[in-house]
Amino acid sequence: MSDPLNTGEIRTVPFRGGGFAPVSIRWIGLVVFVTLLVLAEIGTQTGFITPLTLPKPSDVLKTFGELYSSGLLWKHLSVSLSRLIVGAALGASVGIAVGVMIGLFSYVRAGLVPLVAALFPIPKIALLPLFVIWFGIDEGSKYALIAFGTFTPTVVATYGAVDNVDRGLIRMGQSFNLSWWSIVRKIVLPGAMPGILSGLRISLAIAIILLVAAEMLGAEYGIGAYILEAGSLYDLERLFAGVTILSILGVTLSICIGMIERRLLRWRV
Amino acid sequence: MDIRLSGVSHFYDQTEVLRDISIEIPSGQIVCIVGPSGCGKSTLLRLIGGLERPSAGDILQIGTPPANCLNPLTYIFQDFALLPWRTVRGNISLVLEDHDIRGKDADDIIRDVLARTKLSDFAEALPKQLSGGMKQRVAIARALAVNPAVMLMDEPLSALDSQTRELLMDDLVNLWTRTPFTAVYVTHNLAEAVRLGHSIVVMSRRPGEIREIVKLDTPLDQRGLGDAEMEEKQKYLWQLMREEAQAADAELIHV
Repeated sequence: MSDPLNTGEIRTVPFRGGGFAPVSIRWIGLVVFVTLLVLAEIGTQTGFITPLTLPKPSDVLKTFGELYSSGLLWKHLSVSLSRLIVGAALGASVGIAVGVMIGLFSYVRAGLVPLVAALFPIPKIALLPLFVIWFGIDEGSKYALIAFGTFTPTVVATYGAVDNVDRGLIRMGQSFNLSWWSIVRKIVLPGAMPGILSGLRISLAIAIILLVAAEMLGAEYGIGAYILEAGSLYDLERLFAGVTILSILGVTLSICIGMIERRLLRWRV
Repeated sequence: MDIRLSGVSHFYDQTEVLRDISIEIPSGQIVCIVGPSGCGKSTLLRLIGGLERPSAGDILQIGTPPANCLNPLTYIFQDFALLPWRTVRGNISLVLEDHDIRGKDADDIIRDVLARTKLSDFAEALPKQLSGGMKQRVAIARALAVNPAVMLMDEPLSALDSQTRELLMDDLVNLWTRTPFTAVYVTHNLAEAVRLGHSIVVMSRRPGEIREIVKLDTPLDQRGLGDAEMEEKQKYLWQLMREEAQAADAELIHV
């Protein structure tokens, strides 16, 4: 009853605010990667992992070296890259255009949103034979497959991004009598840019996946063709060398988009 | 240029938000509109600026805007509405570009309005680098750049802390004293109303009707903080509004 403040033990208030705030630590990713490789190497060298299960990482590296020194690497890579660039550029640019139109016009939205929803879940690989008939067995069908595959996710990401542009900013534009085209160009498009770019990350990863699928039919050169050939011969060293190239390609593209984001989205809080 | 509202009513679907509003907004004066929340004062401002059409009644411009006026009815928004991807200069040039004012002409206008809002050193800053008060000064500079005949201010200081609000009120008074402008100033803050208004329109709760129009004759630059007459007016306004505010507050619970 008297003076309760001075009695009892004295403790520091326990800290409860930690965690839930991940920060990126650069070298950890590399350490995990290298550790896995070293474990695989040790496992295959000692015979704990049979050669049928996993090739030796050192052998894969050797195969990769041979591929490079024979000049075949560049031959495969150049055809694949041109397919990827043409297909993805086509799909992404048409996708962004259609996405913006869906975001702006009620009739386009009413007409195309169900169509896009219907197209999205179709496995594009299943349509490859059809594309071969439509666009020819050579480059046409490969461009079409990659373009089609990047188109749908880009559309969905873009119109979502346009929907999320701050209406207050658009009203501000109208209140200053800006023309319709000015509002789209100077307010809607830059405002939708963060969403469009993060959609592009997904679209481009899908484009790489479809690259391999596109090279299943009628391709002599290309990373995809190289991997598929190695797979059917059960040549694991070459299979893994090919897969590694695709991974590196994916990481490179992701870094490129990261750089574009940092440049275009400097204004973000 | 004057603005006259005669018999303006407005409905959202079946809900009557404004009923028979008639106000004169004479040029060179600041008309404050105060009222309890949800009384339709922001709607009224959108009607005056032509962002919405009234269900009934007329909103008239009397006389022509000055010759160099680019956008007669210009808003200043509560949330500033600055483009985050443009610098201070870019945000102001945005509203000039559509009038084909570029290069040196644009630079002259931008330099002038930045000087008037004391932002000359911040032309290349991005909005994210600025404090709330600075952002609103950029928005004011942008509004001044188009030389408006009437400024429509929608709770321009409500998003700011009270110290910044005092500073910005001083800035507005200075701006007006140097070159009187016409403004409709919507606020729920009575201190702002008695500080800046030449006349104060007090609105009732929904459907918003005019309760009373209070005139203040003291010149703007002589209305200091804690001035006895201002205090008196503010107390009077609060008595007018108190019941309405209470009723409006209780109304929301019934909805």
